[in-house]
Amino acid sequence: MAASLRCFLRSGKNTVSALQLRDFHRSAPAAVQMTVRDALNQAMDEELERDERVFLLGEEVAQYDGAYKVSRGLWKKYGDKRIIDTPISEMGFTGIAVGAAMAGLRPICEFMTFNFSMQAIDQIINSAAKTYYMSAGLQSVPIVFRGPNGASAGVAAQHSQCFAAWYGHCPGLKVVSPWNSEDAKGLLKSAIRDENPVVVLENELLYGVPFEMSEEAQSKDFTIPIGKAKIERQGNSITLVAHSRYVGHCLDAAAVLAKEGIECEVINLRTIRPMDVESIETSVMKTNHLVTVEGGWPQFGIGAEICARIMEGPAFNYLDSPVTRVTGVDIPMPYAKILEDHSLPQVKDIIFSVKKTLNI
Amino acid sequence: MLAIISNVLRASAQRNGAAVITSARTYADFTTQATFEIKKCDVFKLDEGPATQVVLTRDEGLQYYRTMQTMRRMELKADQLYKQKIIRGFCHLYDGQEACAVGIEASINLSDHLITAYRAHGYTYTRGGTVKEIMAELTGRRGGIAKGKGGSMHMYCKHFYGGNGIVGAQVPLGAGVALACKYQGNNELCVCLYGDGAANQGQIFETYNMAALWKLPVIFICENNRYGMGTSVERAAASTDYFKRGEFIPGLRVDGMDVLCVREATRFAADHCRSGKGPILMELQTYRYHGHSMSDPGVSYRTREEIQEVRSKSDPISMLKDRMLSNNMASVEELKEIDVEVRKEIEDAAQFATTDPEPPLEELCNHIFCDMPSLEVRGTNPWAKLKSVS
Repeated sequence: MAASLRCFLRSGKNTVSALQLRDFHRSAPAAVQMTVRDALNQAMDEELERDERVFLLGEEVAQYDGAYKVSRGLWKKYGDKRIIDTPISEMGFTGIAVGAAMAGLRPICEFMTFNFSMQAIDQIINSAAKTYYMSAGLQSVPIVFRGPNGASAGVAAQHSQCFAAWYGHCPGLKVVSPWNSEDAKGLLKSAIRDENPVVVLENELLYGVPFEMSEEAQSKDFTIPIGKAKIERQGNSITLVAHSRYVGHCLDAAAVLAKEGIECEVINLRTIRPMDVESIETSVMKTNHLVTVEGGWPQFGIGAEICARIMEGPAFNYLDSPVTRVTGVDIPMPYAKILEDHSLPQVKDIIFSVKKTLNI
Repeated sequence: MLAIISNVLRASAQRNGAAVITSARTYADFTTQATFEIKKCDVFKLDEGPATQVVLTRDEGLQYYRTMQTMRRMELKADQLYKQKIIRGFCHLYDGQEACAVGIEASINLSDHLITAYRAHGYTYTRGGTVKEIMAELTGRRGGIAKGKGGSMHMYCKHFYGGNGIVGAQVPLGAGVALACKYQGNNELCVCLYGDGAANQGQIFETYNMAALWKLPVIFICENNRYGMGTSVERAAASTDYFKRGEFIPGLRVDGMDVLCVREATRFAADHCRSGKGPILMELQTYRYHGHSMSDPGVSYRTREEIQEVRSKSDPISMLKDRMLSNNMASVEELKEIDVEVRKEIEDAAQFATTDPEPPLEELCNHIFCDMPSLEVRGTNPWAKLKSVS
């Protein structure tokens, strides 16, 4: 009994919620399973319905139902005016989307992958991100740029880059990186309602993964605030910070490490810019150790920024060891499966790094 | 006798310096309107072009004259201030091209939309900005149209989307504004300008394609002033028929030095757009007296003789003035009176622009985001925690 109780408590679950499950007087919340794809679809559907200024444009978003089926059913429901298939002209259609936002509409500009956004990056940075500042508040640009970011599976170097650091670098842009379905729905809805240009970095490998959606998340007005990280798992031994797919990897690593008595606190960044450094600092001041995990390249990456911010803030004095960054390997993405697998952080890399950081 | 009276009245007018035009001749002496024969436009994929017989009223003529003269003097004052190092950075002057901005605005409404590149001071004025706020923006003061945050290339006002520094980037933006007009069904259109240099940008061809495909109400206008920075059109473009470069978009080639030509062509183009036919392309053949920018003397890639020839034979303000005087639509004194008023307006604006204080340091980080309550912004060092409000 004592052992099972200990195991239970070590798993990080909240005692109160556990007791609630055993309470027959109260019924459990009606959570459902929903894939990230469906969550994004639902977010766009709800926002298209709510505000007639919202529209979606991009390659294959309409009649093809979306290259990754994220916009499935939307063209059938909303028609040509609001779901627009574009020619293969990223720089052109991104500029058109930004112009439409300047003139009062609320476009969702989809990139088939963010690799292609590089063709349009001038419009995103110079025409969208900087305009509110340059015009001293006269001209706002309420636009969302969304699409899959980072590595997929076997798509090789030109289709696997992570742009979190590139977009996260620029003032005037908000950048979010959802992990699970609730993140996807809540952050995309917030992005669409935001008056600023927001980059939504999705992940293709997560599109088909089902996650639990709480009753609250199923509501048509469910939004997640941009700029706030979430503690996915509480712990005392060490802080793990990640965004997107690697949040899942961190939770998997945490489950394994828990068996050895190492309790990881896992932080899901949710937003890259503005980054919730305070949540990281609060956690580090509790655990005294920090490991960052990302899929992107190490140089000038998310982990690098977190290291710098921790050094500049109050949490530095609480560190018992330097911050460790777990990142993608500093190479263009290779094709062969064995090579690709070894180009990205695996759960074992996180476990190894945690132990090194804790000097175990 | 009349001559004595007119001399007295003229003398008193000069003494007062008042804004009242006094003249021995009454308004009844002037022709209220006249018909002019203007140059025929070359057309592309069009069965007919703009009218070649146009009517100009006295009031219109005076208004165009005043506006063009204001733009001319404003740009020349900017030249002066730049040489005095009171204006810094980029400064691309529009003198010589006034007929384009004025002619375009004459045939659209303020409720229509307009976007251009960096040679934008003239358009900021025709779209509703005041000389004062334009000049104060050039000098980087808090009274500037963008509070000193934007500078020469980033001026905005209602339905005017700048002022854009990246060559060609404004063209897709303009088509996007037109998409919003069509989407909202408000019968407005967007005038989208670019230069002969920008005309070779790939994103412009992407935009032509989508604008034509979706029948967006956009008037593409190529202001061909013969030089993209220091590269003449012959050295930059395999085809210098810019009005034909839209391939499947109908085009017009217009004398951009004649405000009446520009006005008539814009009227034609606006009708085309508003009737749902989709985009149309206008090439305005024009000329800039200054170099590309203030750091370019403008004579290493073209001759002084060429500049002088255009100035003497095709100056837009002189052309309008001659038309009005030879058709008895205004008097020399009347136009001189306008010149005096314009000069004063520019002087006052320059005075403001040089004395208005610079933006306060507290506002350094403002306007990063819209609708954000106070946000913390990192300064140059970790202890510099700056504040941003919008």
